[in-house]
Amino acid sequence: MLKMPNEQGRFGLFGGKFVPETLMSPLEEIEHELKNALADPSFREEYMKHLREYSGRPTALTYAHNLTERYGGAKIYFKREDLNHTGAHKINNAIGQALLAKRMGKKKIIAETGAGQHGVAAATVAARFGMECKVFMGEEDIRRQALNVFRMKLLGAEVIPVTSGNRTLKDATNEAIRYWVQHCDDHFYMIGSVVGPHPYPWMVREFQRIIGEEARLQFLKEEGKLPDVVVACVGGGSNAIGMFYSFLHDDVQLVGVEAAGKGLDTSEHAATITKGTKGVIHGSLTYLLQDENGQIIEPYSISAGLDYPGVGPEHAYLASIGRVRYESVTDEEAIRALQITAETEGIIPAIESAHALAKAFQIAAECSREQTVLVCLSGRGDKDVQTVMAYLEEGERA
Amino acid sequence: MKHFIPFIVAGDPNEEATIELALALERIGATMLELGVPYSDPLADGPIIQRAASRALKQGMTLVRALDLIGQMRKKGVKIPIIVFTYYNPVLQLGEERFFTLAQKNGASGVLIPDLPLEESGQMRALSEAHGMAYISLVAPTSNERIAKIASSAQSFLYCVSSLGVTGMRDSLPADLHQFLHQVKQHSRVPVVVGFGISTAAQVDRLKEVCDGVVIGSALVLKIEQLGERLLNERMREEAIEEFEEYAASLIEPLKKVDRNESEGAIATSKTISTRQAD
Repeated sequence: MLKMPNEQGRFGLFGGKFVPETLMSPLEEIEHELKNALADPSFREEYMKHLREYSGRPTALTYAHNLTERYGGAKIYFKREDLNHTGAHKINNAIGQALLAKRMGKKKIIAETGAGQHGVAAATVAARFGMECKVFMGEEDIRRQALNVFRMKLLGAEVIPVTSGNRTLKDATNEAIRYWVQHCDDHFYMIGSVVGPHPYPWMVREFQRIIGEEARLQFLKEEGKLPDVVVACVGGGSNAIGMFYSFLHDDVQLVGVEAAGKGLDTSEHAATITKGTKGVIHGSLTYLLQDENGQIIEPYSISAGLDYPGVGPEHAYLASIGRVRYESVTDEEAIRALQITAETEGIIPAIESAHALAKAFQIAAECSREQTVLVCLSGRGDKDVQTVMAYLEEGERA
Repeated sequence: MKHFIPFIVAGDPNEEATIELALALERIGATMLELGVPYSDPLADGPIIQRAASRALKQGMTLVRALDLIGQMRKKGVKIPIIVFTYYNPVLQLGEERFFTLAQKNGASGVLIPDLPLEESGQMRALSEAHGMAYISLVAPTSNERIAKIASSAQSFLYCVSSLGVTGMRDSLPADLHQFLHQVKQHSRVPVVVGFGISTAAQVDRLKEVCDGVVIGSALVLKIEQLGERLLNERMREEAIEEFEEYAASLIEPLKKVDRNESEGAIATSKTISTRQAD
């Protein structure tokens, strides 16, 4: 598994490069430069230096004492990616890709964003490294995530509203790719998740695996053993891959949590692995939500960061071989977990991360007190307070 | 005449109109037809073709219905080769084998998949061959050392993407386009045809000496959009088709002035693949 992906960019059946011919050479260039960079100790050193001095890594491992008592089962630990600069794990990848762009002599960055977390991370590193940044964002997400839109603008990025489709992450990604096809000679496309054509799923994993590497060491130090279960939310799946990667060869249960939206029995969800079928989206063969004619179905989740009809090809592979179990959590369950975490531990998680928390609480409650559950708390919830407020007010009216 | 390969979207604005538009294009001298299958997420297309795709999808167009539409075109007398232009995902969902079986049965002559580059196309090429269809390859301005590899496996014609970017009308084509075409022609054993952004007779005029033909898509699709209501109205359709035919003919006027020798060559090429589909 450590050799994944292969030379063709495949994780088993999944992955590959399903893109217009125009992008093939730019992708080959990135792959070539990435290979050199990853083999170059000075690149790794510089990446680690920025993670440490700019993003504040290593992020903490927090024992959730009160939640552990509340559920009365396994000990619950949080890997605190919310404590990163900009408030989520997205910055790990943004720093890595910005350094690669710099190495390639590219000074213009394009990014897509759903919740706005990757957009903010891209805008942040662009400011830090003196690059120009355009962020493509669906109009619906612009509405849902007004705070992050303003943050990106403050950071000097240009936010480009996308009006096609459902006006969310899928459409923003389409538009970013279209823009890249036109400007691939001098722009670097900074994808925010482990999705897209090869080498992106691999590259983003390499820049996110720091999460699991740190967590594994921290956990061993704290508990003297590995966790029994590791849980992370999955939209495209970058925090989950980052977290899982270091545990793939251990006797540790890995659980990815997708967004069940208004329920798996409705058409309004984003549970790609649970309910999807094999297909090609954004340049990669993976599982996706599509109709019988191969048209992509618009997903739904209250969480803008999980509202994506595809999933990273490595997750598709890990699901197909049964190494990771993928489950799902509804809007309602996620919001409840967010409230409980806020009230019990004094941490307001992002709605995305609250999906992982909801599942982790269920699992912990079924475990014995000797067992342990480690959750990737991928981002903080400041950006979501308005969404949560609106959701709860609507609930009161109903 | 050199190759004139128009692109229209199946089911835009509806199936009957698509058949009439195809017949009109054949009348004015189209050497082949590229029939676009609408897709929810057309990554290689600009706003004009995106809008056409969403109109067609609203009409209930699907890959299977588009293939069936080719059969209907054949019955109504469309004789030129028809190339199915489709994104890969609908083909994957239908099943690759089934796709070619249906395409062949309905009289399609070739297939062009914009998001399936050489490296990913092995199986599709083999199936295409087995079903007697031409598999169309694309080269782009970024292809560089890939050009030789792509050109060596090209069938029927080699599609040159004129410039960086998605489909759509362009005010100007890149200054180094001629140089790019020259480079491609050195490697290609099949006619070299240029597409993406070609939307005026003046552009066609400038290109005609340096390539073997042109693909025109967005300009025609925009015209169809403008004629939309009239194309949908049976009483007004004939007049709208006439207007479309006149417009399309004006775009390719410069191609008709090319000398006779070349003209025979081009027709011979298009016959090669039209005979294939009849086998």
